[in-house]
Amino acid sequence: MADASDFRTAIKPVWCPGCGNFGILTALRGALADSGLEPNQVMIVSGIGCHGAVTQYVHANGFHSIHGRTLPVATGIKLANHELQVIAMAGDGDGYGIGIGHFIHAMRRNLDITLLVHNNKRYSLTTGQTSPTTEKGSSTKSTPFGVIEVPVNPLTLALSSGATYISRGFAGDPPHLRKLIADGIAHKGFALVDVLQPCITFNHVNTNAFYKEKVYKLGEDGDYDPTDMVAAYERAVEWGDRIPTGLLYKESRPTYEDEVMTIKDMPLVERPVVGVDISKTMEQFR
Amino acid sequence: MIGGEAGFGIMASGLMVTKTFSRGGLHVFDTIEYPSLIRGGHNTYLVRTADREVHAHTGYIDMLVALNEETIHLHKEEMSQTGCIIFDGKEEPEGRFGVHADISLFPIPLTEMIKSLGGKPIMRNTAALGATIALIGYDITILEGLMSDMFQHKGDKMVLDNIRIVRAGYDFMMDNHPGGSGMIVNPLDDSRKPVLTGNDAVGLGALAAGCKFYSAYPMTPASGLLHFLAAEEKNHNLVVKQTEDELAAVLMAIGASHAGVRAMTATSGGGFSLMTESLGLAAMTETPLVIMEGQRPGPSTGLATRTEQGDLRFVMHAAQGDFPRVVMAPGDVKECFWAAGQAFNLAEKYQIPVIILTDKFLTENHRTVEGFNAMTIDRGLLLDPEEMDVHSDYKRYEITESGVSPRVLPGHTNGIYNANSNEHDEYGVDQEDPGNRTAMMDKRMRKLEHILEELEEPVLYGPVESDVTLISWGSTKGPILEAMMLLEQNNIRVNFLQILYLLPFHAEQVARIMNNAGRTICVENNKGAQLAGVIRERTGLAVDEKLLKYSGRMFTPGEIAGGVMEMIGHG
Repeated sequence: MADASDFRTAIKPVWCPGCGNFGILTALRGALADSGLEPNQVMIVSGIGCHGAVTQYVHANGFHSIHGRTLPVATGIKLANHELQVIAMAGDGDGYGIGIGHFIHAMRRNLDITLLVHNNKRYSLTTGQTSPTTEKGSSTKSTPFGVIEVPVNPLTLALSSGATYISRGFAGDPPHLRKLIADGIAHKGFALVDVLQPCITFNHVNTNAFYKEKVYKLGEDGDYDPTDMVAAYERAVEWGDRIPTGLLYKESRPTYEDEVMTIKDMPLVERPVVGVDISKTMEQFR
Repeated sequence: MIGGEAGFGIMASGLMVTKTFSRGGLHVFDTIEYPSLIRGGHNTYLVRTADREVHAHTGYIDMLVALNEETIHLHKEEMSQTGCIIFDGKEEPEGRFGVHADISLFPIPLTEMIKSLGGKPIMRNTAALGATIALIGYDITILEGLMSDMFQHKGDKMVLDNIRIVRAGYDFMMDNHPGGSGMIVNPLDDSRKPVLTGNDAVGLGALAAGCKFYSAYPMTPASGLLHFLAAEEKNHNLVVKQTEDELAAVLMAIGASHAGVRAMTATSGGGFSLMTESLGLAAMTETPLVIMEGQRPGPSTGLATRTEQGDLRFVMHAAQGDFPRVVMAPGDVKECFWAAGQAFNLAEKYQIPVIILTDKFLTENHRTVEGFNAMTIDRGLLLDPEEMDVHSDYKRYEITESGVSPRVLPGHTNGIYNANSNEHDEYGVDQEDPGNRTAMMDKRMRKLEHILEELEEPVLYGPVESDVTLISWGSTKGPILEAMMLLEQNNIRVNFLQILYLLPFHAEQVARIMNNAGRTICVENNKGAQLAGVIRERTGLAVDEKLLKYSGRMFTPGEIAGGVMEMIGHG
């Protein structure tokens, strides 16, 4: 059985020293091993942004796609071969900005895909502009006088869009994140793992220290029932002195693949390409 | 022609007429015109039939079934001299709607008839069908047989009700006008020719080619393909997905194709605009991809339900950077079938995007075909698991002489790699080295030379020696073939160069034909003479004349013949 080191590659990450991506990468490799997966069974799809290069740092099938489009690529792969364990990776720009439409639709579909969002609240690969999750008032290169909009709340959005596993991790706590990812993979259905990630270069507000002081784990200070949607909404909007992490919400619903009748017997990719008979199909045109 | 308000059931009854003729072994071409709305507005369904192949509609109407008076006023000028009009009424009104005295009027009290038979108002067109068959002396049992087949799934009562109404219309005309209209149409044989739209043919071609995944967002005139494949989902074990937008449509197809399934999407120009970035993704990751682009008049929403050939340059150049792609433009329904099959083979063999460029005229109008032969499947360099078992150093983007690198489907331990939208090395790892960049660009672009070698050369219809050479691409083929007959009747020697592949382009062959031609006239259903520009760019040769139409409607053969005669000073 593969362990976390089997998911390493020889390529050295290009991220800034101290980047939250390292913690996410470590957690991901560990979670894949914890899930009992082999590298050839895993397909990782990434978008564009600092996270995007992740596909070459994990020894698994990779597809480094384009900005915001990780989910439709992942969906196509999953529908063509649902035996692959598909992990979609995105940044906050990808997932909650340019690709937010796909984000919502993927959740209501409930494909068995795990989405990891590297949420550092900045467009960092393009040198630090505002992102959809940047806090109101923040001064960035593209908003020197402060962001006017309120940020997207991915958790409430996920709750209202039909996601069946909604969690939030912190890049500064890889063991906890590892568990959330592994649970997301084990979950049958669409699993969101929103990862609070400091950007040491361009985000001087939501720093490692900022999060360390505020994050707490759901359930550690008393009972928390992740099947209670109302309670989940209450925690999802909590953002201040205390920021919740952990499993926010979970429900059981048939996956999209379960309900596509033509892939029940076998993955689509195993259907023969040669020898299709269309003579019966022609009859309707006579 | 059957005409009336949208919502009158004109499309359904028009197709009945088409199939009634095709079941009698006749050749049929039909043309559907409708505005971009669901209720109200003027719809027409024009059916042309003959005992020889018909490629287009003409500019005149022999028989008009007018389900409202507006239809008569809109089309009376298009009536042929000996034409006739069937309309809902008891008698000829005073003034005869202002139609020419030579044109016969056949009133039939459709509304009353339907009411007395207990039918729904929409069944007026059913009675009109019976009346039409009576007036041309055609075999009514063919229409009855068709009705029976088409309504069988709704139960015997439905079949009988419809046949009763058809019969009522038929009997009315037989009783009141036993002499008919003077026009006679006879069945030829019982060959029951299939009638297909271009959408149907592309869909059938895709099925025959083993396409198993179709993702699309609805857009006229490509939606018919979505409807057809969705209905076939169970029969052929497909996954058909209507997506949230065209970006998702093309990207899901890319994902499915990457995983090893033959996948396609289709749209019109507006949707293709949204797909352009992903087109480059398919090119850079060398993922096979088939897209049908059914053109309609732009820019923007344009004329949503009409026809034009305005997107040639757009699909040739869409997306940033240089990359290999195939653009093919089938000219008729039969070519649509083969184009789909070939598109999948080329896409997989060369690991590139292939665009099938059609338009509303081609995708939505029906015509008879003789049926299709079996299709050859070529998946290209696809390594099977046994080959991969012994592979120790797999390079997905290996630099090869042909530019094509052996592909492996995700899942094999030795076949793990990174499909990469960034420039990459042979393994798929990010690589910005200038030497690697140059080598990778050369590798990808080399494919084009090999593709060109295997594509069928441009077809020249008509005599090799001629006074006039018409040059065109796509759906203008039909009206041009018909126009050639008209020109020959006027003693003009004419041939026609059909360009089936726009990319890569057979520059040498086209140049040779043009150098040997008399007067060259480029015929295009667009404003910009886009093919003429491509020819000039690729061959250095300018066509002598350009015959262009961009009213949102296709040329009639008469318009082409007339235009040509004017250009060459004949007449």
